[in-house]
Amino acid sequence: MTDATLPAATRSPDALKRAVEARLKQRYAQEMRFRLYGRIAIIIALSFLVLLVGRIVLQGYSTFIDYRISVPVHLDASRVDRNDPAGANYDLMVAEAILAKLGEKDDEVGEASSKVMQLMSNDLGFQLLKMVREDPSVIGKTITVTGPMRADSALYYKGEIKRSTPQDSRKLDDQQLGWLDELKAAGAIRTGFNIGFLTRSDSTEPEQAGVLGAVVGSAMMLIITALLAVPIGVLAATYLEEFAPKNRWTDLIEVNINNLAAVPSIVYGLLGLAVFINWLNVPRSSPLVGGLVMALMALPTVIIATRSALKAVPPSIREAALGVGASRTQTVFHHVLPLAMPGVMTGAILSLAHALGETAPLLMIGMVSFVPGVPEGFTGAATVLPVQVFIWENASERAFHERTAAAILVLLVFMIVMNLAAILVRRRFERRW
Amino acid sequence: MFTWVALLTLVLFSGTTYAMARRKALAQGRGSHSLPGYHGAFAALWVGAPAILLLLLSMAFGGRLETAALRAETPPAVAALDAQQRDVFYNDVHAIARGGQPSETVYDGALKPALEAKVAQARALTRGFQIGAVGLAAALAFAGLGLGYRRLNPQFRARNRVEGWIAGLFIACSVVAVLTTIGIVASLVWESSRFFQAVPPLEFLFGTQWDPQIAMRADQYASSGAFGAVPLFAGTFLIMLIAMAVAAPIGLYSAIYLSEYAGRTTRAVVKPMLEILAGVPTVVYGFFAALTVGPLFRGFFNAVGAELVGGPFNGLGLYLGQVQNQMALVAGAVMGIMLIPFVSSLSDDILNAVPQSLRDGSLAMGATRSETVKRVVVPAALPGIVAALLLAVSRAVGETMIVTMAAGLQAKTTLNPLDTVTTVTVQIVTLLTGDQEFDSPKTLSAFGLGLTLFGVTLVLNIIALRIVQRFREQYD
Repeated sequence: MTDATLPAATRSPDALKRAVEARLKQRYAQEMRFRLYGRIAIIIALSFLVLLVGRIVLQGYSTFIDYRISVPVHLDASRVDRNDPAGANYDLMVAEAILAKLGEKDDEVGEASSKVMQLMSNDLGFQLLKMVREDPSVIGKTITVTGPMRADSALYYKGEIKRSTPQDSRKLDDQQLGWLDELKAAGAIRTGFNIGFLTRSDSTEPEQAGVLGAVVGSAMMLIITALLAVPIGVLAATYLEEFAPKNRWTDLIEVNINNLAAVPSIVYGLLGLAVFINWLNVPRSSPLVGGLVMALMALPTVIIATRSALKAVPPSIREAALGVGASRTQTVFHHVLPLAMPGVMTGAILSLAHALGETAPLLMIGMVSFVPGVPEGFTGAATVLPVQVFIWENASERAFHERTAAAILVLLVFMIVMNLAAILVRRRFERRW
Repeated sequence: MFTWVALLTLVLFSGTTYAMARRKALAQGRGSHSLPGYHGAFAALWVGAPAILLLLLSMAFGGRLETAALRAETPPAVAALDAQQRDVFYNDVHAIARGGQPSETVYDGALKPALEAKVAQARALTRGFQIGAVGLAAALAFAGLGLGYRRLNPQFRARNRVEGWIAGLFIACSVVAVLTTIGIVASLVWESSRFFQAVPPLEFLFGTQWDPQIAMRADQYASSGAFGAVPLFAGTFLIMLIAMAVAAPIGLYSAIYLSEYAGRTTRAVVKPMLEILAGVPTVVYGFFAALTVGPLFRGFFNAVGAELVGGPFNGLGLYLGQVQNQMALVAGAVMGIMLIPFVSSLSDDILNAVPQSLRDGSLAMGATRSETVKRVVVPAALPGIVAALLLAVSRAVGETMIVTMAAGLQAKTTLNPLDTVTTVTVQIVTLLTGDQEFDSPKTLSAFGLGLTLFGVTLVLNIIALRIVQRFREQYD
C-alpha cells in the first residue's frame, strides 16, 4: 500500500531506500501514536472510575464516625408530671445539664439553652421520655443519657464547618463553637462507629437518619422482582429456545424482547403508573408495585441471558436424552436446564443487581415519599436505597450530603456483593464443552 | 388474609391430591403408560391450577369490581358534591372500611349517614366478594378432583397431558413479554390521547414554548399553560450530543485497544473494571454530577470569566462569571462517562466479530497494526459500530437520573453547552412526582412526552438491532 504514494522519481536504489526508511519511520510513529491514543482512552475511562468511587468514599466515610455526648440529667419531680410524661420539656433539661457541665447558667429568656439545643440531637430528649414512660420511678433521680450531637456540631468536629468562615455565613456562632471545643476538651464527647446509620430509618434530622428502612424496602422489592422475573423469564426463554417453531409469531416475540431490553427505564415507570396504580389499584409507593415494575424491566435481560446459557449446552446432550426415550419436556427439565443453570443464575443475579440500582421508574410510582421506619409490608409505603439517595441529595441541609454519599457506599457494597456472587457462580459451576 | 388462607389450603389440597394419585398409580403396579409422578401431577394440576388462578385474579381485580359496585349507586348527598370531593369521599369510605387512616375531611349533615351506609356496604361487598371467590375456587377444586382423579388408570397418558399443561405455561410466560409491550403502548397512547384532546399534537410537537403551569382554580389569574415541546427536544439533543462527544471517542478507542492490542492480562484487568463502571447506578452518577462536577466546572468557568473581565473579552468574561452549576455541559459530560463502558463493550464485541483472516491478510501485506485497524477492521465493522453508537444515543435520550439531578428545569432552546436546559425525561419526572391529578393536561402531558420518548428510542433501537443482526449474518 506504500508504493502508490512513493515519489515516482526514485532514480537510484539509495534514494529509494532512504525514502522507504523515512516513510517507515513515519508509519511506525503513527502506529505508536495510535496505540498511545488507545492507552489514553483506557486510562481516562479507568481514572473516571477511580475519581467517582474515590470522591464518594471521601464524601461519605465521615458519616460512619459519630460524636456522642453523655450527660447526667436530673429529672426534677416538679418538672416532670407522672401522669403526663410527654408534657415535660426534656430537651431543655438536657440543655441545662450540658450548660451545667460547661459551667454556665441559663439566662432568663433561655437564649443559652436554646443555643445548646442547636448543638445536641433531640434524640436525647426522646430517650428521656421513653425512660420515664417505661419506668416512672426514675422521676426525681439523676440519670445519664447518651446520644448523638446535632449534625452541625458533628460537621464542626469533622472540620467541615470552620472557624475561619465569617460568623454570619455559618450555622453556629462563635460562642457555640467555643462550647463545642470546651465539651470536647472536657472529654464529654466520645467518637465511635456510627452504627445508627445502619440501624435507623429516614428522619428529618440528619444525625438520626439511617438507611435501614431503605435497605429493607430494596430487599422486599427485589424479592417480588426475583419471584416474578426469574421463573417467567427462564420459562419464556426455554420455550423460545427449545420448543417454539420458527415462524412469524416467534420472530415477533424475539424482536419484541430485544427492543424491550432497550426501552428507557422511565417508560416502565409510566407503564406502572398507568396500569398497576391507576388501573389495577395496586397501593402506591409499595414494594409490591415497585417489584412488579422492576420485574417487567428485568424480564428481557433474564430471557436474553437464559437463552445464551441454553445455546451453550451442546446438542449432543439433547440428542442423547431423546435417544434413550425421554420426551422433549423431560430432556429440557432433566438435562438441558440443569446444565444451563449456572449461566441462568449469573444472568438473573446481574439483572437483579441492575434492578437494585434503578431509580427513575420508582419515582413515577410514588416511592419518593418520606418513609420514617421500616416498611410495614409488601403493600405498605416504602422507599428503596437509590431513591433514598435521590431524596437526600435534594435535601438542603449540608449534613445530608455526606449521608447521601454514605448511602451510595452502602448501595455500592450491595451491588459489589451481588456481582461477586454472579462471578463466583460462574467460576464455580460453569462448564465448558 | 382470608384469601391468603384459602390459597394456602388450596396448595395443601393440591399437594395431597398429588400424593394420593401417585400412590394409586404405584398400587396399580408396572405396565402403566406414564410414571406415577405424572399421574400425581395431572391430578394436582386439575385440582390446584384453575382454582389458584381464579383466586389470584380475584386478588388482582377484586378491588376494581368492588369499587365499581360501590359507586354504582350514589346517595343524593354525595352526588351533590363536585367530582374531586366525591373521590375523597369514596377514598375515605375505603379507608374506613379497611381500617386505614381516612382524610381529615369532616362529613356532617346528610353526608354522615351516607358515609356510614357506604362503609357498611363496602364491608359487605368485600366480604361477599371474598366468600364468593373462595367458594367458587373450592367448587373448581372439587370439580377438578372429580374430573382429573377419575380418569387415572394404567393406560391413561398422564405424561402427555402434564406436558400439555407445561407447554401452556411456557407460552403464557413468553406472552408476558408481548403483553408488556402492549401495555406500554396502550397506556402511553391512551393517556396521551386524553392529553391531545386538550393540546393539539402539532402544537405539542412544534410549539416553542414550554410552561406546563396551569391554573388550579377556574378564577385564578394564570396562563393556561403552554405545551410546546421543542425546547425539551432541543435540550435533550444538546445533552445527548455532549455525552456522545465524550463517550464515542473514548469508548471506541478503548474498544480498539482492548480488542486489537491488549494482551490477556490487560484485558483481564480492564474489562472487569469497565464492567464495574457500567454497573454503577445512574443515581450515583447524578450525585457525582450535581455535587462534584457541577461545582468544579462552575468554579473553573467563573475563574476564567474573572480573568477576562475588563479585557478585550469583557462580555464573555461577564457571561462566564455567572454560569450556573446546572449547565448542559455537566450533565452531558457525566452522561458521557456513564456511556463509555456501554460503547466500549458493544464495539468490542463487534470488532471481535470481524474475521481474523481479514487482519491476517492486511498484516501479511506489510501494513502496520494501526493501518490494519483503520483501513480494514474498522471499515469492516463500521455498520456494527454505527449501531453501537445509535444504541448509546438511545440510552442517552432515555437516561433520567443524571439529568434530573444535574440539569435544570428551565426550558430553553439553545445550543450553548454552558446554558441551563431541561430534557424530556426531567420534565416527565417533575410532572409526575408529588401530587397528581389525572384529569389535568399538566399531568397528562408527561404521557405525551413519554410516548414521544418511547417512539424515538424504539426507532433508534430497531434500526440499530437490525444493523447488528445483518452485520452478524455477514460474517457468520
